[in-house]
Amino acid sequence: MDMTDRTWRRIGLAALLALACLLPFLVSSYRTFQLTSALSYAIALLGLNILTGYNGQISLGHGAFYAIGAYVAAILMDRFGVPYWATLPAAGAVCLVIGFLFGLPALRLEGLYLALATFALALATPQILKYKLLEDWTGGVQGIVILKPDPPFGLPLDQDQWLYFFTLVVAIVMFWLGRNLLAGRIGRALVAIRDHPIAAETMGVDTAFYKATTFGVSALYTGVAGALGAIVIQFVAPDSFTLFLSITLLVGIVVGGLASISGALWGALFIQFVPNVADHISKAAPWAIYGLFLIAFMYLMPTGIAGFLRTLAARLTRRPSRR
Amino acid sequence: MSAEGTPLLSVRNVSIRFGGIVALDGVSFDVAAGTIAGLIGPNGAGKTTLFNCLSRLYRPTGGAILFEGMPILATPRHRIAALGLGRTFQNLALFRSMSVLDNVRIGAHCRMRQGFLAHALALPAVRREEEAARAAAAELVALLDLQPVADVPVAALPFGTQKRVELARALVTRPKLLLLDEPAGGLNHEEVDQLRSLIRDIRDRIGVTVLLVEHHMSLVMSVSDKVVALNFGRVIADGPPAAVQADPDVVRAYLGTEAA
Ligand SMILES: Nc1ncnc2c1ncn2[C@@H]1O[C@H](COP(=O)(O)OP(=O)(O)OP(=O)(O)O)[C@@H](O)[C@H]1O
Ligand SMILES: [Mg+2]
Repeated sequence: MDMTDRTWRRIGLAALLALACLLPFLVSSYRTFQLTSALSYAIALLGLNILTGYNGQISLGHGAFYAIGAYVAAILMDRFGVPYWATLPAAGAVCLVIGFLFGLPALRLEGLYLALATFALALATPQILKYKLLEDWTGGVQGIVILKPDPPFGLPLDQDQWLYFFTLVVAIVMFWLGRNLLAGRIGRALVAIRDHPIAAETMGVDTAFYKATTFGVSALYTGVAGALGAIVIQFVAPDSFTLFLSITLLVGIVVGGLASISGALWGALFIQFVPNVADHISKAAPWAIYGLFLIAFMYLMPTGIAGFLRTLAARLTRRPSRR
Repeated sequence: MSAEGTPLLSVRNVSIRFGGIVALDGVSFDVAAGTIAGLIGPNGAGKTTLFNCLSRLYRPTGGAILFEGMPILATPRHRIAALGLGRTFQNLALFRSMSVLDNVRIGAHCRMRQGFLAHALALPAVRREEEAARAAAAELVALLDLQPVADVPVAALPFGTQKRVELARALVTRPKLLLLDEPAGGLNHEEVDQLRSLIRDIRDRIGVTVLLVEHHMSLVMSVSDKVVALNFGRVIADGPPAAVQADPDVVRAYLGTEAA
């Protein structure tokens, strides 16, 4: 990559950030709420992309970590009066540990077998959340209602705008950490394990440790996203975290672009807004329309939205004398 | 074998079987530090299997392997590179989606220390370490004439070039002993000549001991200080190149296959 590519990327990033800061003042508070939700999805998708896109471990069960993050946040706020912002590190830490522990036995499972094990996790989650003995904490089928936080320091924002900016800052921090993680030795090792695990190990990569840790890191991201999701929606209930959520997250990383950081953002916008668009087009068969959108996206952008944008940018900025 | 004490590598009575096949049967030989040793034998003799035992991809059913006098059969696979045992693969084992430079940089992994947290936080130590790894990789990319393709994904390159990438990747691990599995495979006459001087340079200039598996007899015989011949998993000759080449057992093993 040469300087001009980097400059273009900086300009793109700055424009995106400026747009992100303006949006909540230009759209309705319902749209702002949706954008906040999309940002929380973006964090989850980055986590899943680190695991599946970069490291090659398929998870059909990331909805479970999203649920755990959401419940950790809700329980801490509801039962212990913990402020909303302090629940994020807790949700991340809990998911890091659970993800790592889940990742250890999952080391023995390859490809579709790992997919099945994580599938089981996704299936079990809503039922575990409804489990009688946990009801005191989880609120059972009813779930937990939490309060929407007010903007601090007398900021001239409404609640939705404040939550949007709060989530935006968290997302920027998480993306920055993720980019750093993937930029060097660790990122190369993750991709090496995906491409050729035996060669990776021969080069000194402790694949078992890396895979389990990556599972933990991925769960951490998804857990933080789940906590944000709970705060934004002000409600958690078992049936929000079904297998469908896990599949939706997988759809998000594929549509956005596997093994791409920006892909997580594009994928999040897709899974947040395309169902709405589909609903507008046909109230009778929205999921059929959604399906058509999916097929069209995959057909037109086989490397995801991020891959498509990369190709497009390369065409636009191509100079005559390029090495 | 040499007078200066322990050999760099000592293979002692190593055996391994796959189902009914005895792929290695009591193999013993030494490689002295600073030498180039050749390992020859007809197809299926067990050469690659022996390499796989050395890099701990296979677990021998019996015997011992000593590296610098230390037994390594209990060492985890991922620690082997850091010990100083580097290798290339007969059928290429590159990271297909990665660029040439990144493939080579992976070789430096075993010499780097910074973990997940340090990387996530982009600590200054990470930047220093990454810079050193980039420089080391760039040096070998240059040595192996890979500069023009440094940013190209390896999968897009011809076989011979990919073999050079593997060699560069193995050298970045800073091995004491380099295991080369048929580096001349698929190379033309001229390229084999370049390889010959490259292998000599690796030993003479970088100071790496080499164990070379090759079917290309004139290459093995001209670069090796000594040659070990395997047949059906057994050592049938071990000595100076000329003696091994003339050994009746070796001649017989190669009859009907390649010319010895
Ligand atoms: N993983 C394995 N499972 C079963 N059999 C194996 C395995 N690896 C090697 N073998 C067998 O062990 C024997 C030795 O094979 P190896 O690949 O070591 O031969 P080689 O000397 O490297 O031959 P070539 O010159 O063709 O590369 C062969 O009979 C082979 O089929
Ligand atoms: Mg072989």
